[in-house]
Amino acid sequence: MSRLSLKNSSNAASPMRVVTTKNLIILGVIAATFALVWLLRQLGIVTSVHESTLALICINIILAVSLNLITGFTGQFSLGHAGFMSIGAYTTALILLRFPTVWGFLAGLVIGGILAMIAGIIIGFPTLRLKGDYLAIATLGFAEIIRVVFQNMEITGGPSGLASIPRMASWPWMIGLTILTILVINNFINSYRGRACIAIREDEVAAEAMGINSTKYKIIAFALGAFFAGIAGGLYASYFYFIAPGKFNFLTSINVLVIVVLGGLGSLSGSVIAAVILTVLTTMLRGFTGVNNIIYAILLIAMMLFRPKGLMGTIEVTDLLEKLRLFKRKEQVE
Amino acid sequence: MTQRPLISLENVTITFGGLVAVANVSMFVEPGELVGLIGPNGAGKTTVFNLITGVYRPTSGAIKFADKNDPNHMIDLVGKKPYTVTARGIARTFQNIRLFNEMTVLDNVRLALSHSFRYGLLASLTHLGKFHAEEERSIEEARRLLDVFDLRDKQDELARNLPYGEQRRLEIARAMATDPRLLLLDEPAAGMNPIETEALAETIARIRKEFGITILLIEHDMSLVMKICERIYVLDHGQLIAHGTPDQIQHNERVIEAYLGDDDDI
Repeated sequence: MSRLSLKNSSNAASPMRVVTTKNLIILGVIAATFALVWLLRQLGIVTSVHESTLALICINIILAVSLNLITGFTGQFSLGHAGFMSIGAYTTALILLRFPTVWGFLAGLVIGGILAMIAGIIIGFPTLRLKGDYLAIATLGFAEIIRVVFQNMEITGGPSGLASIPRMASWPWMIGLTILTILVINNFINSYRGRACIAIREDEVAAEAMGINSTKYKIIAFALGAFFAGIAGGLYASYFYFIAPGKFNFLTSINVLVIVVLGGLGSLSGSVIAAVILTVLTTMLRGFTGVNNIIYAILLIAMMLFRPKGLMGTIEVTDLLEKLRLFKRKEQVE
Repeated sequence: MTQRPLISLENVTITFGGLVAVANVSMFVEPGELVGLIGPNGAGKTTVFNLITGVYRPTSGAIKFADKNDPNHMIDLVGKKPYTVTARGIARTFQNIRLFNEMTVLDNVRLALSHSFRYGLLASLTHLGKFHAEEERSIEEARRLLDVFDLRDKQDELARNLPYGEQRRLEIARAMATDPRLLLLDEPAAGMNPIETEALAETIARIRKEFGITILLIEHDMSLVMKICERIYVLDHGQLIAHGTPDQIQHNERVIEAYLGDDDDI
């Protein structure tokens, strides 16, 4: 991650580091994705089934990338992501049902994200003293509490949830917010605050001895992760018309965790790749109830056996590109 | 007249259950000194470091540290969290090396420079504003430190890939990056061969000269301790049994007894 930005700087210590080959490549990939999907839609190759898969991919990417910040980079084992997601989903849905406009949608996303963030901070203070499995259990319990609250409130429609939510989450919204999430979290990780989070994962005692207030940075990571989980929830509510408490049970949290672990704890591109693979797989296996979970389990076991660090480990795709280029450079010298 | 101490421990005691790990220890270090803390295994030396840095809270006693801005004013360190102790000017290394293994050498040092960054959360998220200027500054600063410790050409390596001796050096470099006035070194020569130890002694001498830093050193390598320390405290079973110059310590009956056992034991 940060290895990368350092190499850039050692090559050329110019202040114009915004326009680098790496950034241009990223921009190119984004533009190409946009163009490709636009073209496929124009040609009518993308049907509504495909489109809903694409929407799910985007939502899962946002969820996985934001959970990776908490679990992969900061090392805090959280099973509460469905809880944060549901806060965003219900907020967006409730606002959209009253103000069915783009502005209502935008307000829903922002307010939902902020409320999820506040929830993240509130549960962060008491629970972040816990470590490992204990933290996982506490966050799991928290998410379940939120679900039960939604299930029993009148305004949220009780167990049957909310239906006929206006669909505002069109395709550009989806991909735009996905990219925004990746960029913001990537930026954060490559700042001194992000390095503090990684240091806490590596060795909390040493991080504290180097002047890092570990509670503070854990809460920042939790708040930021919860914010984007709220955004993902809002997108979900507005795209799929309908939300119910059952959608946000602990299995949802675990599915996100599976994506993060499979992609690599500490690799954003790993999360993106795993989110794409697993979402496509789930959609393809939709007809076979139960097979889904078996495949998930087999994938996880195989991963633990053959590649315990996940698909990408802690490396990013851009790091790989960088390495390839380094090799080329060496060859030229010889 | 003696100077005001930089740090002083007054009758510090800590018990874990029934075990008295450190009993009634009083010691001080004056600004600019290099003081050794020695003793047999399990004597409580590292516990003293953990007490000073706030990892443990003493059961009784006081730990006072000279204020950054007003050296005549002593602040109480008891009950302070480790990161605030570091912010007040005490840095440490660990007996069993604790680097951030998956981070680069440069980033290990830059992490310890966290206190010096001046950009807000928004700049962290957007990389706008002062972000790039501040990052450049920290890279320059970290490289300067790596130069002092001869690690400049390793800056892009992951910390875990460094050889043992260089990991020890990196730990000291990282500690220095927190801009301390007191450096606590916990067995920096452990596992080093005589040549590496020699180099370490030179490094310590160099950072004392360059940064004017005060050092409290735990070490088992007696030749190193006797050579570089100006004063030595000896700890045994949690109690201070001797205190003096290296020469005095070498001829102290109780110290020899603690290290070799008395006649009755044989």
